[in-house]
Amino acid sequence: MSMLRTSRPARAGQYVALLAYLVFLAFPFLWLVSTAFKPPRELASLHPTWIPKDPTLANFRQAFDEQPLLGAALNSLVAAIGAALIAVVIATPMAYVMARRRTLLARAATGWVVVSQAFPFVLVIIPLFLVLKELRLINSVPGLIMVYVVWALPFALWMLVGYVRAVPAELEEAAAVDGAGRVRTLVSVVAPLLAPGLVATALFAFISAWNEFFFALVLLKTPEKQTLPVVLTHFIGAEGVADLGPLAAAAFLATLPSLVVFAIIQKRITSGMLAGAVKS
Amino acid sequence: MHTRFRPALMRTRILLALAAVFGLLLTGCTGDNGGSGSGSGSGSDGRITLRFQSLAWQKESVEANKELVEEWNAAHPDVQVEYVQGSWDSVHDQLLTSFEGGEAPDIIHDASDDLADFAYGGYLADLRELLPQRLREEIPDRSWETATFGDGIYGVPFLQEPRVLIANATWLKESGVRIPTPEKPWSWEEFRQITKELRGDGRYGVAWPLKEPVSATLNLSLSAGGRIFHRGEDGRVEVRFDTADEVVPRTVHDQVATDRSASGTTLGMGGSDTLPGFFAGKYAMVPLGFSYRQQIVQQAPKGFDWQVLPAPAGADGLTQGVSPQTLSIAEDSPHKKEAARFIDFLLRPENMVRLALGDWMLPTGKKALSDPALHTEKYDWATGTALAEHLRSAPAQSVRGYPEWKDKVATPAFQEYYSGAITLDELRERLVEDGNLVLARYQR
Repeated sequence: MSMLRTSRPARAGQYVALLAYLVFLAFPFLWLVSTAFKPPRELASLHPTWIPKDPTLANFRQAFDEQPLLGAALNSLVAAIGAALIAVVIATPMAYVMARRRTLLARAATGWVVVSQAFPFVLVIIPLFLVLKELRLINSVPGLIMVYVVWALPFALWMLVGYVRAVPAELEEAAAVDGAGRVRTLVSVVAPLLAPGLVATALFAFISAWNEFFFALVLLKTPEKQTLPVVLTHFIGAEGVADLGPLAAAAFLATLPSLVVFAIIQKRITSGMLAGAVKS
Repeated sequence: MHTRFRPALMRTRILLALAAVFGLLLTGCTGDNGGSGSGSGSGSDGRITLRFQSLAWQKESVEANKELVEEWNAAHPDVQVEYVQGSWDSVHDQLLTSFEGGEAPDIIHDASDDLADFAYGGYLADLRELLPQRLREEIPDRSWETATFGDGIYGVPFLQEPRVLIANATWLKESGVRIPTPEKPWSWEEFRQITKELRGDGRYGVAWPLKEPVSATLNLSLSAGGRIFHRGEDGRVEVRFDTADEVVPRTVHDQVATDRSASGTTLGMGGSDTLPGFFAGKYAMVPLGFSYRQQIVQQAPKGFDWQVLPAPAGADGLTQGVSPQTLSIAEDSPHKKEAARFIDFLLRPENMVRLALGDWMLPTGKKALSDPALHTEKYDWATGTALAEHLRSAPAQSVRGYPEWKDKVATPAFQEYYSGAITLDELRERLVEDGNLVLARYQR
């Protein structure tokens, strides 16, 4: 145990590094918040301040006046929740099979998952557009959900395979010895231990769908169907000129759902991980 | 047992309720799937709906566009227009995908320098037979040239902006330098001398925001007679970098590297990025698009006195290249005539003025340009309007292969030259030799 103990200077160094990393991560978000509350004149100041000198809510008012932010947020929410749920429902049984059955097919599937991550958006967007048009799913949120599910599935699968492998097979064997059937074992033994993994995977699918821009831009045609990332670009003009205050205000609001979802779920992820560790 | 089941039952009910709400939301998000094969549609009552994708983004501009669409819809119950807001940031990719998928909007707002691929690709309708004579005559030929590709016209150029010098009026007044006017502008050499006079301790006569150095340099070079792209009788384009092409790049280079009268740090900035330094009195002048006045009005500190000056003139006077905003019609649209009628309505002189004021730009239309609202001293509208007759088609926009030449050859070459890393001869060598190799691939 003494070998694992870290010396005080090393511990202090670790905390400093952690703090620096946190500052690095938090800086853009804090700057966004600061910008959202600044009036136009402060935004053009040569010596910008962290705390707005003359804080205002005018940027938020303008953002809501000019763009249908609430409708767009609702569309984003439906698309992100839909994509997260469906991706997890599809990925879970696949991941179980890929983790527990070391067959050639499982290995090939794993390889395909890795390869599929290499395809850039622009390569698939036109064929995808034509396929969705045939299915009459252009300009519809369900069509967008379908795309997000397909896009999130490989990585979701990859994540879940790791979580399933972390659940000791001995627990399933013990359950079988106690007389539990396959379904009972999966529901009562594997599923609770997999919960943190499912939550983390759903969170990944949710956030990637919530932030996604290009597919939404191309697939949704009418204003009432557009998602938040697409609507945010309406604050940007030619040559990158932006209406910075309202853009920052809207972007700040757009980050809140991800933060809230993560804050709620984070505790569950860590507690679930610990529970799994004790049982194994 | 009963009590143990209650929480589970409760949870199930909550989950079911959430699922029902989600289902309802999903239903609400479904609807028109737009499978008609184009942006527009015809209802069972014979009513036509056209989709108009506008890139207007500033508040006044969006309002002007929406009001005009409402006025049209009220007057034309059989041809309704649906207003869709697009984004300058992503319009090319979005349109390309929509064209390929047969789902493009009927009426497309874009800029003339983005049209070449779409026009040559057959995605846009040739407007020559569609537009009324009134509109053809209202817009001068020099503007039509910006949207002419091959033999066809693929967009109606309607808003444009010259590059001007936005100046700190107090600083200029105190320095005693001659204030230029459209009638008596500075020459490029005079401009260089004046920026030398204006420089001071940590203060610069000018700040060139040259994040995109190629279009700024090429467009301003027209004033000195620079062309860079020379089209032969066989239609092939060749890059040359003659004496006239050197005037603008050399002035900028000398201001930055020799005179230290221009800030070197702003060379990598966009126009908006230079404004804080301009307001803080670090730069006497900033060359910007005419529409930047809107940002300056919004952001300038109280009491900050600014004015618009014409860009310097050369052998060809105040001539400048521009890429106007355009309205086009999708080739796949089944209602091209109706779309053309809407464009004609939108660009009536009085409406063009409303759009121009909303975007802080100049209209291309002759009658629109004569509107008193565009000749006021307030915000120096009159100075900009006086420059309209000098605006010409940007030299590069009909050159196939220009985007690659710009990104791979010209942008790094100009950036290195302006920062003093390479000489004028090296700049010429790269623009011409490397550039012609790039263009040759597009002209086989």
